[in-house]
Amino acid sequence: MKKNLIRSYVAIFVATLSVVACTKKEDNSNKILLGEYGSMTGEVANFGQSTHKGITLAQEQYNAAGGFNGKQVEVKLYDDQSKPEEAANTVTKLITQDNVVAVIGEVASSLSLVAADVAMRNKTPMLSPSSTNPDVTKKGEYIFRICFIDPFQGEVMAKFAGQNLHAKTAAIFRDVKQDYSVGLADFFKKAFEAHGGKILIDTAYQSKDSDFKAQLTEIKAKNPDVIFIPGYYNDVGLIAQQARSIGIKQPLLGGDGWDSQDLVKVGGAALENTYFSDHYAPDTTEPTAVKFIASYKAKYGNETPDAMAALGYDAFFVMMDAIKRAKSVSREDIKNALAQTKDFQGVTGKTTINAERNAVKSAVVLVVKDGKPKYFATVEP
Amino acid sequence: MTEFIQHIVNGLSFGAIYALIALGYTMVYGILQFINFAHGDIFMIGAYIGYYAGNALGLNDHPSIWGFFVVLLLSMVTSGVIGFLVEFLAYRPLRKAPRINVLITAVGVSLFFEFGAQMLFGANPKAFPHLVDVSKSFYIGGVQIDSMELVVFTVTILLMLALEFVLYRTKVGKAMRAVSHDHNVALLLGIPVNMIISITFVLGSAMAAAAGILVGMSYPKLEPLMGVMFGLKAFVAAVFGGIGNVRGAVVGALIMGVSEQLIVSYGVPTFRDAFAFALLIVVLIFRPKGLFGKTLAEKV
Repeated sequence: MKKNLIRSYVAIFVATLSVVACTKKEDNSNKILLGEYGSMTGEVANFGQSTHKGITLAQEQYNAAGGFNGKQVEVKLYDDQSKPEEAANTVTKLITQDNVVAVIGEVASSLSLVAADVAMRNKTPMLSPSSTNPDVTKKGEYIFRICFIDPFQGEVMAKFAGQNLHAKTAAIFRDVKQDYSVGLADFFKKAFEAHGGKILIDTAYQSKDSDFKAQLTEIKAKNPDVIFIPGYYNDVGLIAQQARSIGIKQPLLGGDGWDSQDLVKVGGAALENTYFSDHYAPDTTEPTAVKFIASYKAKYGNETPDAMAALGYDAFFVMMDAIKRAKSVSREDIKNALAQTKDFQGVTGKTTINAERNAVKSAVVLVVKDGKPKYFATVEP
Repeated sequence: MTEFIQHIVNGLSFGAIYALIALGYTMVYGILQFINFAHGDIFMIGAYIGYYAGNALGLNDHPSIWGFFVVLLLSMVTSGVIGFLVEFLAYRPLRKAPRINVLITAVGVSLFFEFGAQMLFGANPKAFPHLVDVSKSFYIGGVQIDSMELVVFTVTILLMLALEFVLYRTKVGKAMRAVSHDHNVALLLGIPVNMIISITFVLGSAMAAAAGILVGMSYPKLEPLMGVMFGLKAFVAAVFGGIGNVRGAVVGALIMGVSEQLIVSYGVPTFRDAFAFALLIVVLIFRPKGLFGKTLAEKV
């Protein structure tokens, strides 16, 4: 009995080993394999889904145009469920098991930060389409991004509040569980005070809270000119609704974390008179973007692409541009080529990677009107 | 001062929702001496039933008070049936097993619901439909009371009166109290113990479903794991009030709701959850049986 048990354990062990050995061998000679990890489910699932739609569209167009030297490009996607531990797992899997040449991902900075460590350890280039927290690319020479960073975004909204909305005082309502939110809140505070404004109250919530009335009542009592809420769309919808229900009429401001069609689905009419900074405006007239929007709508049942989709699309092409210039798929060469990306014309404007491996780009401010985000202003860096 | 009263009002409406969930924990504990960890997930299921029923009835575009009652009733009945099935399929076969087995099964059932719901409903948060028009607010001396809060208070009070009636004015209630005293003696007296236990689960689940609908309406964002935190807090409230004691659970839940609002407003906003559990620890140090728990001598 006992012997049998041991024997079966051994059998299982051997079987597992052979399965692992089999899956590890993947033939990448006639194709190029990129890795993508994103939040397809969970708290910020809209971000991952939009990004993936953008990447898929880009990949199809690229392969239809002949691919890279006759090789087709494939993108292996894993869902990180909006969880940091899963982000680390999926990126490890992409790099060590699927043997991808480079990784594209994440939107949420907390997740990119975790994955960046893994990418650095394995010396694999990682290109984040839309993580704006400055610490992400500080992780090391293999980590890049094609969007602006939060010090700029904070400055944009602080300036906008002062100049366009004539705000002298502001309240900050930040999500302490998200690196993105905490960072952006700090940068807004610094910029707003530098422009002579005053922060009357700086209070906090945690992602997934459902009741915000206590904090909002405190904010209301201070009567600020504007309220800055640098959170993610799913919480902001609820916050806006509760803010309006207790009689807060001031404009609410936010960052690119607001960008999702679910924002208005939850928040509804409460979102009128709110403004947020973003990477691109869905009602832009710039030719590259117009072309992208048309093909995106054709592919995805007339859905208007949001900024995450646009950045996903751009990220794919920036990556392929780097591989083309590198003339190689070695991780080291791709990294060096990515660092030299210059004036790449994409949907979200011209991308030039600077010495800190960030892109310097202009931001747009969107206003929510009649249930839709609309272009309001452009702010140059 | 108005601000303080405002926090109390908001806290009471939050506490009322905790109370509805806490009742299920405390009733089941009273009768079986075990914590039904899947209870918070029944609450989540109730909210989702409300979501689908509300959308199917087209209430989002035409909110109506009758539609609200239909959805509420539908969700309560369906969740009651689910509660019955959970007890029948998962817990009843373990009636004679050590309590720890049942407890682990409860954790399993809870995980089954949470991740089953993720598969069935998707992991993305869903926006709950508007069942009734609750955009109006009332003011009493500067203190604002939303019509949604009025709905919460009304529904909660009505349900609690109904439960009170069932427990203390009907034969079933008498039987439930008898079973909670002693299974064997109740059985000897001809009380169908298994049926009474089923009824307890049905009542508790229906209450949780009502809480699910109210939460969906007040905070219109549904996700499959929403039952975890609400369930845990309601459980704490039940222990806080003295587990097994129905009125204690209500008082415990209201105190929890109010103190949470106060800690967020006047203390550290991000300590909301930590505070709830700290409060529990403090109460249990001084009153191990909770605020209104009976101190029973251990039977030897």
